[in-house]
Amino acid sequence: MADSRVIVPKEARRGEPFEVRISIRHPMETGYRTNESGEHVPRNVIRRFACRYNGTPVFSIRVTSGIAANPYFRFFVTARESGVLDFEWVDDAGVRGDAHAEIKVA
Amino acid sequence: MSRELVAIARRRLLRGSAALLLARALPAGAASELLDIPLLNELLGARTPRWERLKLELPALADNGLAVPLKLTMAGPFAPGPTVRAIHLFSEKNPVPDMAVFEFLAPLERIEIDTRVRLAGSQKVVAVAVMSDQTLYAAAAEVIVTIAACLDGS
Repeated sequence: MADSRVIVPKEARRGEPFEVRISIRHPMETGYRTNESGEHVPRNVIRRFACRYNGTPVFSIRVTSGIAANPYFRFFVTARESGVLDFEWVDDAGVRGDAHAEIKVA
Repeated sequence: MSRELVAIARRRLLRGSAALLLARALPAGAASELLDIPLLNELLGARTPRWERLKLELPALADNGLAVPLKLTMAGPFAPGPTVRAIHLFSEKNPVPDMAVFEFLAPLERIEIDTRVRLAGSQKVVAVAVMSDQTLYAAAAEVIVTIAACLDGS
């Protein structure tokens, strides 16, 4: 589940918002489907997504099956100081994923 | 047809087209109605959200309900006034009506979120923003979905 892609600008100006884009590879199984042999496919969606900026939680999402497969999120974070953005998520099966990005604040 | 009848027909046509124009203008008003969803009612409590500042954008017509682009924006400025704590997203027809909750854990200068949602058919989607002073803002959008998500089987 580690498959993800994060896009963050290399540099941002202090006090200004910068764009974060992330897409995560995940089937987001709704639990309403059956497979080819007619068996029920259990629900497995990302439940929670969180973004920390230099360790401080800044943004999180409570996710349900209402979010499309291979979730994509674009949001803004306010530049404070140079550092690292950590992204973490967990699905119904308890599988965790993470991603990181660096930002230079001028 | 007598002249009088023509005049009446003309009047009816005019009245009809006026009604049509009105109907086209109406959705903005009709959209500012909340959905009757238990979780949404619970969130609202006795509060009435204001239908301003928050904007929810969905395509008017979505070919595929499996991935519909959705955009949420909220006009600032925020600090030093109340900041946005969370934005809740509700669906009228999805089996899971509370689609997502976006939580702002640190005051942000810019609220703009893009994602892709699943929609089980044509419906209304409602967003409710909860501010740090507990006031609410709401926005709604109607979307026609030609191929719905969550069709079982296949």
